[in-house]
Amino acid sequence: MTDAEDLRRRTAELLAAHPPASTERLDFLRARFDAGLAWVHYPEGLGGLDAPRSLQAVVDAELAAAGAPGNDPGRIGIGLGMAAPTILRFGTDEQKQRLLRPLWTGEEVWCQLFSEPGAGSDLAALATRAVREDGGEDGDEGDWIVDGQKVWTSSAHLARWAILIARTDPGLPKHRGISYFLCDMTDPGVEVRPLRQITGEAEFNEVFLTGVRIPDSHRLGEVGEGWKVARTTLMNERVAIGGARMPREGGMIGVAAADWRARPELRTHDLHQRLLTLWVEAEVARLTGERLRQQLSHGQPGPEGSGMKLAFARLAQEISGWEVEFLAEDGLTYDDWTMRRPDGVDFTGREAGYRYLRAKGNSIEGGTSEVLLNIVAERVLGLPPEPRTDKDVAWKDLPR
Amino acid sequence: MNDGTPLNGTPAADPDLLYSAEEDALRDAVRSLLADRSDPATVLAGLESQAAYDTGLWRALATDIGAAGLLVPEKLGGAGASAREAAVVLEETGRCVAPVPYLTSAVIAVTALLGCDHDQADVAAPLAALAGGNAVGVLAVPLPTAPGGPAAPTVRATADGALTGRVTSVADAAGAELLLVPAEGPDGPVLYAVEAAADGVRTDPVTPLDLTRPLGHLTLDGAHGRLLASGDRARTAVAHALLTGAGLLASEQLGVAEWCLAETVRHTAERTQFGRPVGSFQALKHRMAALWLEVASARAAARNAADALAAGSADAPVAVAVAQAYCAPVAVRAAQECIQLHGGIGMTWEHPAHLFLKRAKSDELALGSPGRHREALAGLVSLDAP
Ligand SMILES: Cc1cc2nc3c(=O)[nH]c(=O)nc-3n(C[C@H](O)[C@H](O)[C@H](O)COP(=O)(O)OP(=O)(O)OC[C@H]3O[C@@H](n4cnc5c(N)ncnc54)[C@H](O)[C@@H]3O)c2cc1C
Repeated sequence: MTDAEDLRRRTAELLAAHPPASTERLDFLRARFDAGLAWVHYPEGLGGLDAPRSLQAVVDAELAAAGAPGNDPGRIGIGLGMAAPTILRFGTDEQKQRLLRPLWTGEEVWCQLFSEPGAGSDLAALATRAVREDGGEDGDEGDWIVDGQKVWTSSAHLARWAILIARTDPGLPKHRGISYFLCDMTDPGVEVRPLRQITGEAEFNEVFLTGVRIPDSHRLGEVGEGWKVARTTLMNERVAIGGARMPREGGMIGVAAADWRARPELRTHDLHQRLLTLWVEAEVARLTGERLRQQLSHGQPGPEGSGMKLAFARLAQEISGWEVEFLAEDGLTYDDWTMRRPDGVDFTGREAGYRYLRAKGNSIEGGTSEVLLNIVAERVLGLPPEPRTDKDVAWKDLPR
Repeated sequence: MNDGTPLNGTPAADPDLLYSAEEDALRDAVRSLLADRSDPATVLAGLESQAAYDTGLWRALATDIGAAGLLVPEKLGGAGASAREAAVVLEETGRCVAPVPYLTSAVIAVTALLGCDHDQADVAAPLAALAGGNAVGVLAVPLPTAPGGPAAPTVRATADGALTGRVTSVADAAGAELLLVPAEGPDGPVLYAVEAAADGVRTDPVTPLDLTRPLGHLTLDGAHGRLLASGDRARTAVAHALLTGAGLLASEQLGVAEWCLAETVRHTAERTQFGRPVGSFQALKHRMAALWLEVASARAAARNAADALAAGSADAPVAVAVAQAYCAPVAVRAAQECIQLHGGIGMTWEHPAHLFLKRAKSDELALGSPGRHREALAGLVSLDAP
């Protein structure tokens, strides 16, 4: 079993063989992956050492102290948080060998082709079709031909790969006729159009799929079992938040507190009361995340995970709203309305107005707060489900 | 041990927010005792009996399980555990609104005594008695007193230890044998031990909002006591007792909230209206899910306060203020939601929900209201008022 001492030794060896000061960033990241120090809880040969997940912090601390380059999780969040755990669980050996290293180093960015104009919260209602081509003699060896439209696709303009769900049997009830694919975004028939958003920039996109040819070797899981695979992706999407360690006054509350300290002339009693309340809530959210992290590292994942995203979204919105109000006249201005295509979300670098607007998405992206409350109520508290009218009806017969 | 000096905004290095195996075992023991002897029907019946507390239950908890001595070192007659374990006991007593003087005697009074010089027999003897559960002691301050302490004690002490004055709304005063009385002496603050049965001591019971935690007004009229500490030592002993009380009260509030949520979920999953369980209506589900998140967060806050107190961390004042500011309203909200989502049955005397609302609301005022704790925090983390 790999322990902290062993990891420190391996990290020291990596640093000795590839001194960060004189090594190209990508070369260093590749070497780190090959040494099993990328995500230590992954299997050997795939960037890990089968070590406990909690020990990653040991490696990260040593590497940060040595000034080693990071793998820029902002840009590659979807790959790290969603694609990788799904590929690890459902992928073939070849897929894992081919895809995980460039995913982790950030050489290949991933996006998530799940949502559609008619299928957001009700994701399983999706209409994008994947039809199997006649493979000639061998019968079922053909490629899949995909047609449809996806929307709100973050990073599609940067992505080399996508995780994609599509309907392969419209005659089955909606959850049962879906299959899960890996889509090469450079293939003909994939068209990405920027979708300008509330902040002025275009973080996400519309993606049109027209006769896109996907080989069957790029399918994850069985035909018709795509929903099961997608659930792994979605669960990881929600757990990915809250697991990270944060210092007191880390993130947005730190910016708000710094504003308060810097601008005594803007203080009012009402704003003081509300800031203190938000400060307490941010500190408690930090502790709740810390408790979740401790539970995970003791191998006892608690249900707190599903709640962290809810808390984070609400706090981000309230703190940024407070900040704009506190800044008074400065809160009336905005830093930049040009339609940029950023790599990620900048929650501390840009001005308050940006934070305020972007935070509105926190309770929508990755499952809305309403949908998450349903999940907590039914799966954590065990409350009775809503009556359902769509359960045993073939997808093609559902009202749309 | 904490000397009350705040440290600006530096959290404890590595708070342990989980429960240890020993803590889980302690919880099991306390929970099964309370399930036997402090179920809601028993607590309700006991309210009519006029007793200061349930003596049988107290003996079993304090002496048989040894919970009264958790905070006391072994050499002084206790179990040598810490605030973390005491917090677990309070989660369980909160979950049953158990009518026992655990918070007042085993936490606050014991911590005040531990802050005095326990090489002295006058300190060591009462400490051993409280730790063994053989006597109940209370710190004679009004229940709403925040950890900063009362502005000035309302009791005066003469040089020869005669105490005169009045202290209102002292929790569990009626059942206490020993009163720890902060007073103003000729040379500054002093802390005295007074027998409740001594001449010149009168306890007038008050009708409390929370029937499970009785209140009394104390009147001292030249009563004689033994000096426990004086000067800064007396002041910090009292301040630390209140800080510890406030920090661990968060665990009681967590227990109260947990019961309210669990009971509400159970009830709404069973109660049928409009042809379906009312718990399947989203308007209710979302309220319960939101409450669940608050309870999960309250657990992290309460554990952090208990851990900081156990470690004697310089961050304890911040951890306690955060826990009180957060957990007190969560318990109140949980109790209010519990009554609302029970409908008419929640308004009846027979249903125990009202016991939890009364406890939660009185706990919100106890040992500093959330607003007082937020104010304290402003100073501790440099977010100055306008
Ligand atoms: C910034 C951002 C980035 C995104 N990135 C991606 C991405 O990279 N890839 C991707 O696939 N998708 C992405 N999305 C899409 C996102 O997952 C969906 O927007 C989201 O799941 C909600 O779906 P919808 O927008 O269709 O809203 P709808 O489902 O139409 O919901 C409308 C309203 O109804 C409520 N509602 C819906 N169903 C219920 C219910 N059962 N009970 C109660 N209320 C309900 C919702 O909460 C919401 O308030 C992104 C979205 C945003 C905002």
